[in-house]
Amino acid sequence: MMHPSSSRARAIAAPAPVAIPVGALLPWAVFGLLLSVLMLYFVGAEQGAVSLISGHEVHEFVHDGRHLLGFPCH
Amino acid sequence: MIAGRLLARGMIAGCLAAALAFVFARFFGEPQVALAIAFEAARSAAEGAAPEHEMISRSVQASYGLATATVLYGAGFGGLFALVFSFAYGRLSFQSPRVLALLLAAAGFVTVVLVPDLKYPPNPPAVGNPATLALRTETYFVMIALSICVAAIACLIGQKVAQVRDAWSGWLCGGAVFVLLIALVQLGLPDVNEVPDGFPAVVLWRFRESALGMQGVLWGSMGLIFGALATPVLTGRAQKF
Repeated sequence: MMHPSSSRARAIAAPAPVAIPVGALLPWAVFGLLLSVLMLYFVGAEQGAVSLISGHEVHEFVHDGRHLLGFPCH
Repeated sequence: MIAGRLLARGMIAGCLAAALAFVFARFFGEPQVALAIAFEAARSAAEGAAPEHEMISRSVQASYGLATATVLYGAGFGGLFALVFSFAYGRLSFQSPRVLALLLAAAGFVTVVLVPDLKYPPNPPAVGNPATLALRTETYFVMIALSICVAAIACLIGQKVAQVRDAWSGWLCGGAVFVLLIALVQLGLPDVNEVPDGFPAVVLWRFRESALGMQGVLWGSMGLIFGALATPVLTGRAQKF
C-alpha cells in the first residue's frame, strides 16, 4: 500500500555522510589547533612549570580549575 | 566553510558543557579542595610557618577562577573535538552525526582524561612536591600525547581488520591493541609518589572521584550538545566546502 507518509519519510531521512576534503579542513585545523592549544596552555601550565608572563596571578586565578582538571599545579 | 562552522560549534558546545562541569565541580570538587587546603594550613602552622599570603582570595579562586579555567578548557577541547569530528565524519561508518559525536566524545574522554589520569591521577592542594613540578608536568603531557598516538594506531588497525574481517573483529582488535600499548606505556613512564604523611585518604579519593566526574560531565555533555549543533550544519541543503 502506498502511503503518503512513506515518501515523506524518505525525504527527511539523513543523507549519506560526505567526507570533508582534507584540503578544505587543513586551514581550519591549523587555526583551531593553535587557538585550542593556547587556551589549554593558560589553564594547564602557564606560571607553573613554564612561565611566559611573570608573577603568579594567572596561576592563582585558575588554581582550583588546574587541580580539578588534573594538571600538576604545584 | 563547513569545517569552520563545525569548529565554532565545537567551541560553543565545549563552553556549554564546561558550564555544567563547573556546577558539578562547585558542589563535589570544591569541598575536597577546601579540606586539602585546611590540611596544608594545619601542616604549615605546625611547622611554625607564617600563613600563606593570598594573592587572589579563595572565594574568587573557587568561583570566577574555576569557571574561567573550566570554560577555557571546554572551549579548547571543544575545538579539538570538532576538528577530529570533521575529519572522522564520512570516513568512519557512522551515518548519524549525533551517534558519531557521542562515540568520539567517549573516545576522547578515555584517551585524553581517563588513561592519563590512571597513571598520573589529579592531586588536590598539599599533595605533590613543588620541586618536581617541571618533571610531573612533562611526564603528564607526554602521557597524554602517547595516549593519543596509541588511540590513533589502535583506530587504524581496528579499521583495517574491520575491512578484512568484520566490524566486531575490528573493534576487538583495536581495543586489544589499545589496552596492550597503553599498559606498556604506563609501565615505562616513571611513577610519582608524593602524597604527604597523614593526608586523609578519603579526601584524596573523593577529590579524584570528583575530578573524574567533572570530566565525565564535560565530555558527555559536549558530545551530546555538539551532536545536536552539528546536525543542521551537515544535513543542511546548501553544503559548501
